[in-house]
Amino acid sequence: MRALDHKLMRDLWRIRGQAAAIMLVVAVGVSLLVMMSGMLQSLRETRLQYYESYRLAEIFAPVTRAPMPIVERAAEIKGIAAAEGRIRGAALLDMPGQALPVRAAALSLPRSMTPRLNNLYLKNGRLLTPGHMDEVVVLDSFAKAHDLALGDHLVATMQGNRRAFQIVGFAAAPEFLFTTAPGEFVPDDARFAVLWMHEEALAAAFDVKGAVNEILVSLERGANPQDVLTKLDHLLDRYGGQGAYERKDSMSDRFITEEIAGLSATSVVVPPIFLGVAAFLLYIVITRLVQAEREQIGLIKAFGYTDFEVALHYFKMVVVIAVLGAAMGCALGLWGGRLMAGIYQTVYHFPFLVFRVEPSSLVTGVLTSVLVASAGGIFVLRGVFRLTPAVAMRPPAPIDFSRTGALNNRLRRWLDQPTRMVLRRILRNPGRIGGSVLGIAVGMGLSSAQMSLMSGFDDTLDLTFGVIDRSDVAVSFFEPMPAETVNAMAHLPGVLEVEPVRGVGAVLRNGRESYRGSVTGLVENARLNRAVNKDMSDITMPSQGIVLARALADTLDIGPGETLRVEVLDGRRPVIDVPVAEVAETLLGAPAFMRFDVLNGALGEWGRVSTVYLRVDASEMDALYAALKDMPTVAGVTQREDARAAMQKLMDTGAGAMRYVMAAIAGIITFGIVYNAARIAFGEQARDLASLRVMGFTRGETAYVLLGELAVVVLLAVPLGVGIGYYLSFLIAAGFSTDLYQIPTGFRPDAFGTAGVAVLLATVVSGALVRRDIDKVDLVATLKTRE
Amino acid sequence: MAPLFAMPAPRVGANGPNILAAPAWSASLWRRMAQNHTFKTEGLTKTYGEGEAAVHALRGVDLEIPRGEIVVLLGPSGSGKSTLLNILGGLDHATSGTAFFESENLTEMSDRALTRYRRDHVGFVFQFYNLMPSLTARENVELVTEIASDPLAVEEALGLVGLEERMDHFPAQMSGGEQQRVAIARAIAKNPTVLFCDEPTGALDSTTGRAVLHVLNDVNARLGATVLIVTHAAATARMAHRVIHFADGAIRDVVENEIRQSPDEIEW
Ligand SMILES: Nc1ncnc2c1ncn2[C@@H]1O[C@H](COP(=O)(O)OP(=O)(O)O)[C@@H](O)[C@H]1O
Ligand SMILES: [Mg+2]
Repeated sequence: MRALDHKLMRDLWRIRGQAAAIMLVVAVGVSLLVMMSGMLQSLRETRLQYYESYRLAEIFAPVTRAPMPIVERAAEIKGIAAAEGRIRGAALLDMPGQALPVRAAALSLPRSMTPRLNNLYLKNGRLLTPGHMDEVVVLDSFAKAHDLALGDHLVATMQGNRRAFQIVGFAAAPEFLFTTAPGEFVPDDARFAVLWMHEEALAAAFDVKGAVNEILVSLERGANPQDVLTKLDHLLDRYGGQGAYERKDSMSDRFITEEIAGLSATSVVVPPIFLGVAAFLLYIVITRLVQAEREQIGLIKAFGYTDFEVALHYFKMVVVIAVLGAAMGCALGLWGGRLMAGIYQTVYHFPFLVFRVEPSSLVTGVLTSVLVASAGGIFVLRGVFRLTPAVAMRPPAPIDFSRTGALNNRLRRWLDQPTRMVLRRILRNPGRIGGSVLGIAVGMGLSSAQMSLMSGFDDTLDLTFGVIDRSDVAVSFFEPMPAETVNAMAHLPGVLEVEPVRGVGAVLRNGRESYRGSVTGLVENARLNRAVNKDMSDITMPSQGIVLARALADTLDIGPGETLRVEVLDGRRPVIDVPVAEVAETLLGAPAFMRFDVLNGALGEWGRVSTVYLRVDASEMDALYAALKDMPTVAGVTQREDARAAMQKLMDTGAGAMRYVMAAIAGIITFGIVYNAARIAFGEQARDLASLRVMGFTRGETAYVLLGELAVVVLLAVPLGVGIGYYLSFLIAAGFSTDLYQIPTGFRPDAFGTAGVAVLLATVVSGALVRRDIDKVDLVATLKTRE
Repeated sequence: MAPLFAMPAPRVGANGPNILAAPAWSASLWRRMAQNHTFKTEGLTKTYGEGEAAVHALRGVDLEIPRGEIVVLLGPSGSGKSTLLNILGGLDHATSGTAFFESENLTEMSDRALTRYRRDHVGFVFQFYNLMPSLTARENVELVTEIASDPLAVEEALGLVGLEERMDHFPAQMSGGEQQRVAIARAIAKNPTVLFCDEPTGALDSTTGRAVLHVLNDVNARLGATVLIVTHAAATARMAHRVIHFADGAIRDVVENEIRQSPDEIEW
């Protein structure tokens, strides 16, 4: 076998270009596999570990005001392992040099500094010193975004009282893995803060001495969370319980769960496509090799090598290519994984996120890749077995094209001979051509679909900030304000238009389906913050009934005309049954809308306002902010531009980079296929091409015969790729849209254009590489050989 | 056997085209007549490789090939026959010396000009046919007529080699002799000034080979093309006007045949 191994090395060297192209495809597939599966594992494990080590509550129960001993009573509920109470309040931070106050959540820490649940992870500094009521620990990500240092002072307004605090520590917490400004969906570290402070300090600020307004609960093993929720709600009902909810329904956890689900789905779909393409490429390349070496195979067999030994020789080649590709992929995947972990950490605030792949899963991954990739090669080996020495030694007959002649008469008048050569080769190898077309199309479809979704973000931005929200500033209040507030607001400097909104937390139920969200009361003909239908025209708020966002209607499986039960979580907590009037188009969140006065009427609180949307004269913006800062009832001020900018930034960094990655995916698959197809066509036709040159055909004319086939392949693949991409974008949109955000669908010329350009570019590059070979062809030498 | 009898020489003559009747023809013939030689070489050398490993395939060839003749190049294997043919045919560059085609210096031509030269003037026939397997006999010939400036009709070219009946067959459906005849038809269809044949009968049995030689003889007679045949089968020499004996990269001697034999009479 030593001699055969020498042959193996030489053969591999000879087809190094092709081998490298296949290795590249394998490597990309394996690297994605390693990267994504490793990332998934890291995310899952890190999250679990973080949650457990810092004892994140499994159930959160907000309540208006419950006396301290309620915590012990909650702990006695069957199924509850531990309970903790805390005070949670809203604060506004006055950041130096910034007109707009930043919203913050203020959370109490017990005197012991180690709460039974929802502990915090101190990154820097220390926890609070007993008795020092002006000390705070600040959310680390916020501190970083504002370059805060230990010892700095923060001015916070709580319930209208401004107080200065001293920063003694920076911390992260598992409940704030993912933070957005309230009511928004894109993380913006600079616009959301968490302050941890002494229980007594918060109790004084929010006037809840001896009481708590949030109960945290962990469950016993095997406890039914639904039962516990019911019992907790029952217990807290008297104290203004606002509905207990599970950890998985908290924003932070939901976002990371969605991320994991998306990554998991992608890791199942994308790497196999690469491995499939690699298998196909190995199949055609080894087929060609065996075909070209039939005489040698016959000879080797005639010497007495067994079929098995000969087959093994060719199989080794497959394995060498697959293993080298997989090894490259592992290295690339480990590197990419680290990079990815770094990006994740800018969005999800883990105390640590180490990209780590179990060596065993690395081995399994590589083994599967090698197996899949070699599947193509195994088919070819049948051919090796079938070649008997006698057959192999017979002089080679010209390849039989007689069965492709049918087209002849119809096409005769239109096609010159070189074109016929191209067509006949295509007709003779429909499988190979079909495989190439399909491979390129799938690669292109995949990347164009992904790019479509990314450019769909533009739609989300436009719909959310161009059509639905046309205000300049939104001002929210700590508690629902009386109707006069609208008037008061209109008199603030620069305010051109005021529009009141009433929002309440609510559980929406339709039969067994339920959704914990909110109901937004809009004025009948809202202009600044509206609901729009599919055609982007205003929905007039009906005097009866509720308007649901499409995502919400889908979640609740309900349509216009059907009746929805709304369990309001605020105020008197009424339960009302309302018909669904219409479905609204939104891309962020899953809101439900009722008419302002109708909602307030149901609550028995006439004219109450929880948020106002303002249109503002830009030149008086600063004066307005200054005025708002001094209003004790204001809980938060959001500038629409900031929210939009946060989304834009996310798109430009993460999604923007992905665009190139996706184009590269289409490019690499296309390059792998086209380059190999071209090399094979060149190998099979070298003599024909040399003959053409001898007959006086120019280099260009000769190249046409070779590259025409590839042109046809690519021309067929591109429209097919567009079709696949279009279809795929719908599948992905359907699969990945949630009540948090919906993925808009539609035909996006720019996405398909970029993918198409990547395919064409890859084609041109591989064509040029092979064209170089045509130019180098030694006419005399080629014609001397028999095959 | 069948291919041979399908192509008796007299039939070609009987059905052959009246060449001189075509006006385009006479013009080009006239142009060629102005020159009394097709090729003329002086001190032509070709060396492969360098230094120790250098192979001197041609060691100074001085040669004149008159227009319209059948010239047979005879010599042992490795003596440089193919090398000479390839240089004259515009497939290869000489190392030194000059080679003229009519009044044009082949050794000074660019690749592009050589392509043009092959396209316009040269027909090649090789030992291994080199047909396009994806094209039928007719289409293989059309491949050339489509790019030639003054081609024969396809039917005519295939008729000259006695293959009108098999025009729509693919190479895979034909015997070696038939394939070689298609190759000849393809080479002559452009109405070449010169026809180069490198071991045209090398892969064929004697009867089939004889038929192929017959066609070459005919092409020379009817089209007036200069035919250069490389072979190591000495018997072939008897059909030539002129026989060049080659040895060690140089001409040993040149013999003009007083009496030419018909290919039918040649013993192998
Ligand atoms: N491409 C090449 N590289 C090196 N040597 C060559 C090459 N082609 C031909 N030769 C050598 O040149 C000499 C003449 O070859 P060739 O013209 O093919 O001989 P013939 O056709 O008379 O058999 C031989 O010794 C041959 O080995
Ligand atoms: Mg030779």
